[in-house]
Amino acid sequence: MSEKNETGISRRDFVINGSVATAGLVAASVLGPATFAIGGQAKVKVGILLPYTGTYAKLGTNIRNAMKLRFAEAGNKLGGREIEFVDIDSEAKPAKAQQLTNKLIKKEKVDFLVGPVHSVVGMAMVKMARGDGPITVIPNAGADQLTGVLCAPNVFRTSFSSHQMGYPGGPAMLEDGHKRVVLMYWNYGFGKQVAAAFKKSFLPGGGTIVKEIPTPFPKVDFQAYLTELAALKPDAVYTFYAGGGAVKFVKDFAAAGLKKSIKLYGAGFLTEGLGKAQGDAAEGVRTILHYADTLDNPANHHFRAAFTAATGAHADVYAVQGYDAGELILRGMNAVKGDTGARAEMIRAMETAEIDSPRGKLRFSKSHNPIHDIYLREVVKGVNRVVRVAAKDQDDPATGCSMA
Amino acid sequence: MELSFYLVQLLNAIQYGFLLFLVASGLTLLFGIMGIINLAHGSFYMIGAYLAYWLTDVTGNLWLGILLGLPIALLVGYLVERFAISFLYQRDHLYQVLLTFALILIFNELQQILWGTDVHGVAIPAILAGSIPLTENQSYPIYRLFISAVCIALACGMSWVIQKTRLGMMIRAGASNREMVQSLGINVNRLFALVFSLGVALAAFAGMLAAPVDSVYPGMGENVLIISFVVVVIGGTGSIKGAFVGAMLIGLVSTFGKVLLPEMASVMAYALMAVILLWRPQGLFGRAR
Repeated sequence: MSEKNETGISRRDFVINGSVATAGLVAASVLGPATFAIGGQAKVKVGILLPYTGTYAKLGTNIRNAMKLRFAEAGNKLGGREIEFVDIDSEAKPAKAQQLTNKLIKKEKVDFLVGPVHSVVGMAMVKMARGDGPITVIPNAGADQLTGVLCAPNVFRTSFSSHQMGYPGGPAMLEDGHKRVVLMYWNYGFGKQVAAAFKKSFLPGGGTIVKEIPTPFPKVDFQAYLTELAALKPDAVYTFYAGGGAVKFVKDFAAAGLKKSIKLYGAGFLTEGLGKAQGDAAEGVRTILHYADTLDNPANHHFRAAFTAATGAHADVYAVQGYDAGELILRGMNAVKGDTGARAEMIRAMETAEIDSPRGKLRFSKSHNPIHDIYLREVVKGVNRVVRVAAKDQDDPATGCSMA
Repeated sequence: MELSFYLVQLLNAIQYGFLLFLVASGLTLLFGIMGIINLAHGSFYMIGAYLAYWLTDVTGNLWLGILLGLPIALLVGYLVERFAISFLYQRDHLYQVLLTFALILIFNELQQILWGTDVHGVAIPAILAGSIPLTENQSYPIYRLFISAVCIALACGMSWVIQKTRLGMMIRAGASNREMVQSLGINVNRLFALVFSLGVALAAFAGMLAAPVDSVYPGMGENVLIISFVVVVIGGTGSIKGAFVGAMLIGLVSTFGKVLLPEMASVMAYALMAVILLWRPQGLFGRAR
């Protein structure tokens, strides 16, 4: 009772793994939360702030499950210590981000903070965690600032930046022979950053942007815009849409008969994990992402089988990012043998980690953002097949980061 | 841009208006006619879409899915009315807001438990899968035209039932003076249960029909909730004609807003509502109170 009132979080938001929570709290308050000698009994606290309801529910669930899978493979121990999860539903609502992050940092005193999916939630979270806060691992949110102006030694990202999402699209489309291109994207922070990054490589490469059509987020009424697109008659269109919006866009695009005359491209989310929902409408759509289901490397084969065995679901790029977040935390904790007090040493181990990710080789930049290959993929029979590597070792400029 | 471009956009606008009326029709009945504030309207829309997805998957046929889904939606409506809404008719609107907001949370949670968090799509039935060429590179899906036809039939049918039939008379009378209707020997409880169930079934029906052109995903109901209220408020509560005209106006304004004033696209519908409410606070076809 008292615990619920203190934190002020409803039972629905706040799922603690059984009674271990109380034991953990008692131990923590007696022995001090952050530093702990090797061989002690205190558990490592991993705070998770991900959306489990709303449009991004699937993403949050896959990220968490994949991270827990990685921990389970390592015997559910981090550097010899058992793990306690404090798992909160972010609902992907920016308005709640600060309060929920505060709960994890101040009340729960977590050692690690994992989240979120939504970039704006990420901004609020990183502003509070950077510096003295817990070691933070971002498994999805792509806002450039998170490893740009807001970069910090204790903040890592295992997903991507907006720049990495948009920039490789330009050369990929030029190489496919599309010079006159229309840009369509959801008109909010991330969408705008992806479009800007696309232009940065596409225009100097000799391409022409016929028109930019930003559409209101998260609206999915595309009909008027598709009529405009048809009238503009470009070679191709580059898009950013995700989730339900991506399904709708791809189906509407096909239903309007545009596939015959205009080639559809997009940031990878356009077709990622949506094969069944989009059906034939997605055939031939080309997207650019740092992962593909069909990547032929041992880590990917192992991961996909293990994820399906553990969860019954198919792995996707979000699961990969969660799995790598788990791996990165493992690397850090194993390097210091579970001593969370050895912060500098742990951070050094994490930033120099070279991971055999399901996506291929994964390293980290000075700003703690991933450096990885970006693939051009095409939907063939409902599966995202790799056409070619669109950019080798794609880095991020980390604009405004003092560590880069 | 040539004339054909604007003609196609006009078609888009009308089509969008029809879709809006379809989505708002259940709300027109409950909020517009009966005066129940039903924030869970979007949830019933979502339930319809998920039922269509699920039953189409099981039976392999959208029509069969809709046929099986409608009785389920009616039953859901009936249970919600009997066990929740019926206690609040005599109370302030605020209680209805609280209750139906709680229903949103409950239905969202149920949806996740029953169907998970994946994004789904429903295939368009084969006979309506084609499209009609409009311009040299754009064509129009037949299924969308079919939705428009259903919507016109629905608008006429609702209007006829409410204005011309005995049932409609009882509904209107019950909404304006419950005690009087009761004292005339009409079972108001049963009447309201019936109407509420119908309202829920309409919302679900809209979700089922829209499922093949939309996508089916968690939280999809919230996206249609607000615009549905805007449609009913613009038209004026108590008027099906009003809701129809309101839906058409929003269709026109937001479609041409997107084309001519793209920066303002997302506020056009609300700006329209503000203007209309300044001019006629009771809505276009509402009765002044």
